[in-house]
Amino acid sequence: MKALSQKRRHPLAAIALLLMGLLLTGGLYAVATTVNQAKADTTSFSASDVEEGGKLFAANCATCHGMGASGTQDGPSLVGVGAAAVDFQVGTGRMPMQMSGPQAQQKPAQFNAEQTKQLAAYVASLGAGPAIPEQNLLDGKGDAANGGELFRVNCAMCHNAAAAGGALTRGKFAPALAGVSAEHIYEAMVTGPQNMPVFSDSNVTPEDKRDIITFLKTIEANGSPGGADLGSLGPVSEGLFVWVAGLGVIIAFTIWLTSRTS
Amino acid sequence: MSASSTAEAPFVPKTKVGSFTNFVDERVGGSGILREFGRKVFPDHWSFMFGEVALYSFVILLMSGTFLTFFFDPSMAETHYQGSYTPLYNVEMSVAYSSSLNISFDVRGGLFMRQVHHWAALLFVASLGVHMLRVFFTGAFRKPREMNWVVGGVLLILAMAAGFTGYSLPDDLLSGNGLRIIDGVIKSIPVIGTYTSFFLFGGEFPGTAIIGRLYVLHILLVPALILLMIVIHLFMVVVHKHTQYPGPGRNDGNVVGYPLGPVYAAKAGGFFFIVFGVLALMAAAFTINPIWNYGPYDPSPVSAGTQPDWYIGFVDGALRLMPGVINDFHFEWVIFGRTLTLNVLLPALVPAGIIFTVLFMYPWIERWVTKDNREHHVLDRPRNAPTRTAIGVAGFTWYCVMWAAAGSDLIATHFHVSLNDVTYWLRTLFFIGPVIAFIVTKRIALALQRKDREIALHGRETGRIVRLPHGEFIEVHAPLDEYKRYKLVGFESPAPIPAQPNEHGVVTGKEKRRAALSRWFFEDRVAPATPAELEAAHAHGHHEAIEAGEDQKSLSH
Repeated sequence: MKALSQKRRHPLAAIALLLMGLLLTGGLYAVATTVNQAKADTTSFSASDVEEGGKLFAANCATCHGMGASGTQDGPSLVGVGAAAVDFQVGTGRMPMQMSGPQAQQKPAQFNAEQTKQLAAYVASLGAGPAIPEQNLLDGKGDAANGGELFRVNCAMCHNAAAAGGALTRGKFAPALAGVSAEHIYEAMVTGPQNMPVFSDSNVTPEDKRDIITFLKTIEANGSPGGADLGSLGPVSEGLFVWVAGLGVIIAFTIWLTSRTS
Repeated sequence: MSASSTAEAPFVPKTKVGSFTNFVDERVGGSGILREFGRKVFPDHWSFMFGEVALYSFVILLMSGTFLTFFFDPSMAETHYQGSYTPLYNVEMSVAYSSSLNISFDVRGGLFMRQVHHWAALLFVASLGVHMLRVFFTGAFRKPREMNWVVGGVLLILAMAAGFTGYSLPDDLLSGNGLRIIDGVIKSIPVIGTYTSFFLFGGEFPGTAIIGRLYVLHILLVPALILLMIVIHLFMVVVHKHTQYPGPGRNDGNVVGYPLGPVYAAKAGGFFFIVFGVLALMAAAFTINPIWNYGPYDPSPVSAGTQPDWYIGFVDGALRLMPGVINDFHFEWVIFGRTLTLNVLLPALVPAGIIFTVLFMYPWIERWVTKDNREHHVLDRPRNAPTRTAIGVAGFTWYCVMWAAAGSDLIATHFHVSLNDVTYWLRTLFFIGPVIAFIVTKRIALALQRKDREIALHGRETGRIVRLPHGEFIEVHAPLDEYKRYKLVGFESPAPIPAQPNEHGVVTGKEKRRAALSRWFFEDRVAPATPAELEAAHAHGHHEAIEAGEDQKSLSH
């Protein structure tokens, strides 16, 4: 402590203090921002991934997204969207887009896993963005009940309480979530594809996201305890069923019962 | 009653069972009742059985509902779910929802009974609706059955009330959303709305009282009223006797059909089990109202695809169709510090109000227009009352447009169209749909009448083309047998009744309006073929018909 008090009037003390202050605020800021900013780690991607991805991008994506993914009139800039966005959009077949419309439609994936990874590596190299989630968040071993509550509060208004999907305005829609991989569900939450809002990590923490995925995987695995679920669409499909099938069978019986008379 | 027993010695039964039954019969008079009712004649037609379906559904509702009351706890106290459905484990919820989940997952047979109850409820209202449509389109509401038609209408409203109160009981997210809409509709009523809502919910929505109150309505008050109305309804059916479709030997003075006992009673009894069987199969194989999907009610979340059960759907649809603003015109005003929200009030109450008002008044409207005070026990074929049929189809179309609007989001997602376009189209159809339906139906009915007349006069086209000796080709028409022809000619076709002066010799304004309505009703008409016309047609036919085999007797009614 004596050394510190003796050196405090040293000519470089002010500079040292300034440096320490800057480091502290910068470090705090970095910590604060990474809470919202999924780690922009390109560590798992090799340089050759980035290079190959660049070639694939130029050949398949640049028409709309522009060379260097800087965006054109037909497609947004992809600088900073992160590897997660690429993995979701390309991995679910939404990109490359088949046609312009209210929103990109899901279709069989056009690139294999290797190519998708290379594209993701390339786009991630352009600017920091949400990364592909870690496997431990996708294991579906979280708290399904908590995930269910979060799902009903945050997701059910578009995706339906049973994740059967729902309509949005002007031809847009929230898709059904059965059969969507845990990775893609997670990536959708952090990147907000199509008309979906971003659920950042400060809004819904990674553990909460894990719980939501657990809930979705649980209800998918559980199936429908009460028999055929009629699309999980609620009273509309139930009403349709009772009018068409229920009443239809009853009418067939009434005709049978009265057939031999009059 | 006991005319046979007066002359002879008292009946002495030979067996023990016989003496026992005789003992009971002498005290309750069962054989007399059976003799009276067992010979009661019912006409047989498949379309006459929807009322029965409704009755049986109601019986099944009472039975399955009683089972459910053993396990349901209508309390809004908060609890943490401890049952076996893991995705809701330890979630905070009301006791009502928790007990509904327990019925579904932890009570043996509970889920099956819940599903039987709910499917039966949907079938109950559906069969009621179809029954009323049958009564309307065949003109069975005419004298002397106008009051029974009204009782039927009351039953429909009560059935909807029973359904809605039951839908709200599990206190899941879906039912809570439905209740919130009802709360909004009540609050939109000027002046008394807010007070009514607070009275109903015991304070601010949702409060802690509503489930218990709905429970009392659902299991006691509404079913009791339904039962009362059913008794009145069936009593009047017995008094009036059943209507019958037109046919040879049937007139307003008789009933042609089968006696109740034993065949008809056996059929009806068997039909109960058929309805029960169909409902049990549906309940066993198809989920209805999966409350575990929806989660506990919480005023903040609303799930996509939130709809009421089908019978409330038309009100929900009307609400969905109503625009909030048209250009700069708002439907919400603040008058004397009170908000008047017409964009809720109009769609929620006006279409339902119009439908039920017209429904209840229709027998009297038609009676006034036709000045027809006779009793009618022979039904109309829908085509033979073109304007009535067209009015019915127009009303039904209007209902269906609103009904479809309740599923507008699912129409959009499943047919890959824009939700906005669905709404715009349905808004258009809301206004022009009934008009188109009226015109098209009336033309189809008139065309079918003309076809009937043509067939009655000239017989059925056989498709046999014959060349006559002088080179002409004709198609051979096969004459109808008398029974079939009766159906085609034995109906009434009222003509417009012009305005007539009253006893003071004055033609009142009301009478003029009646005359105008009468003209609108009946100016387009196809008269049934008269015996003279038939005679002439057949004479004409005999000249040219090549087969000329059997001589067709002329009709004379």
